[in-house]
Amino acid sequence: MTMTSTLRTLTIAALFSTPLYSQNTTLKVLLPLMIESKQPATNPAPTAHVSEGQQIFEQQCSRCHNAPEGFSPRISGTIIRHMRVRASLSQHEEAELMRFLNP
Amino acid sequence: MPSAIFNRSNSRRVCPVKAIAIASLFVCCAHYVSAQDTPLISGGGGFAANTNGGKTTYSPIVEPLVAMPLGPHFLVESRAALEEAWAPNSRNAPGFNHSHFVGLTYLQGDWIVSSHITAVAGSFLMPFETYNERLSPIWIGNFQSAPLTYALGNMSTGVGTGAMVRGSAFSRKKLTTDYTAYFSTLVSNQYFASERSSGGRTNFYLPDKRLEIGFSYNRLLQGTHENFYGTHVWWEPANTAFRFRSEFARGHHAQGYWIEADYRTQAFHGLDSWVGRIEPVFRMNQTFRRDTNFSDGLALVNTQRADFGLDYNLPHNTRVLTSYSRQFASTGNHNIWQTGLVYRFLFPTWKGK
Repeated sequence: MTMTSTLRTLTIAALFSTPLYSQNTTLKVLLPLMIESKQPATNPAPTAHVSEGQQIFEQQCSRCHNAPEGFSPRISGTIIRHMRVRASLSQHEEAELMRFLNP
Repeated sequence: MPSAIFNRSNSRRVCPVKAIAIASLFVCCAHYVSAQDTPLISGGGGFAANTNGGKTTYSPIVEPLVAMPLGPHFLVESRAALEEAWAPNSRNAPGFNHSHFVGLTYLQGDWIVSSHITAVAGSFLMPFETYNERLSPIWIGNFQSAPLTYALGNMSTGVGTGAMVRGSAFSRKKLTTDYTAYFSTLVSNQYFASERSSGGRTNFYLPDKRLEIGFSYNRLLQGTHENFYGTHVWWEPANTAFRFRSEFARGHHAQGYWIEADYRTQAFHGLDSWVGRIEPVFRMNQTFRRDTNFSDGLALVNTQRADFGLDYNLPHNTRVLTSYSRQFASTGNHNIWQTGLVYRFLFPTWKGK
């Protein structure tokens, strides 16, 4: 048993051993932490995608021009396809940019 | 020759009725698109004042760009230029001479064949070095005028009519490479004028270093066949608003280079503060004539020009471009003052749900 899982077990045990009035408070404090601690193992993709898409945006798009101050999400696909041709982006870069512009 | 005010030299005159008819046809065909693929209208509009050798020209200009996806693999895109110009009458006569210009810059269809290949057909911007494809739109360039070496390798019109393949050769975290190869046929029609030529370009980009190095080659395939070689280096250090761009081009009869640097400080509450919106720009141009044959469009004599610019990035996609240039040549030195206001627009062709 790792230290993390031991701590989690102890936390849950402490949670259910506390009086009712304080259980809610404890839950409010600890539940997000518990959920958060599971996220990296279960679903690391969104954070990685956003950061990679942003990085591609900074490297490939900002190389030539300043970012426009907002645009309709209805044209995000058209913009990316236009830039894929113009900037010779790869299919992967196009997909990551799409996730970045439409999180 | 590059235009003095903005860069519209690669635009050709086109009948407005035909342009509207073509645009209407595309819009009618554009119902086969998904939610995020609505056709867009982008571009820039601006006003420029250019004082060259003591004579001032005023010029409002609009450069609309239309991009329209057709299904998941096709895209039709086009850019045009509409300009009015008031230039002083020649021979010291009082008053101004007025002219207008409507031209189609390019009109191309893109077919995304695979993850590494995109086929392009139609009238396209010549893929020689970087300026023509990347920096010539008025809402992107830091200066109103093109570099002195612009005409070198761009086959006089800056546009090819034919076919092109391009795409990402490979893309890794440490290195990305892309390529472009084209063939253009001779078109003497005034609407789609182009030279018979072929060539290509390859770029190597190091994402960690933010460094790009590219090589271009074009060959003129009519009259006296001539080769043009070019190389460019771009560097934009991470976490800074500093940009360095440079190009070197060599033809049979002339060669030259330009280097450009611009910077915006983040030290005073970031780029959106009033200080952070200030953008000093510098560009150095030099051309060297190798012989007296000037078919390539460059100046007849060796020429040097230093451009000192101070741009201001206003909110709402608006920029103020100002610059002072001093040009040195054996035929005479002179000053060039340029001031302009550019607005960039970007919106869907129709309202969504």
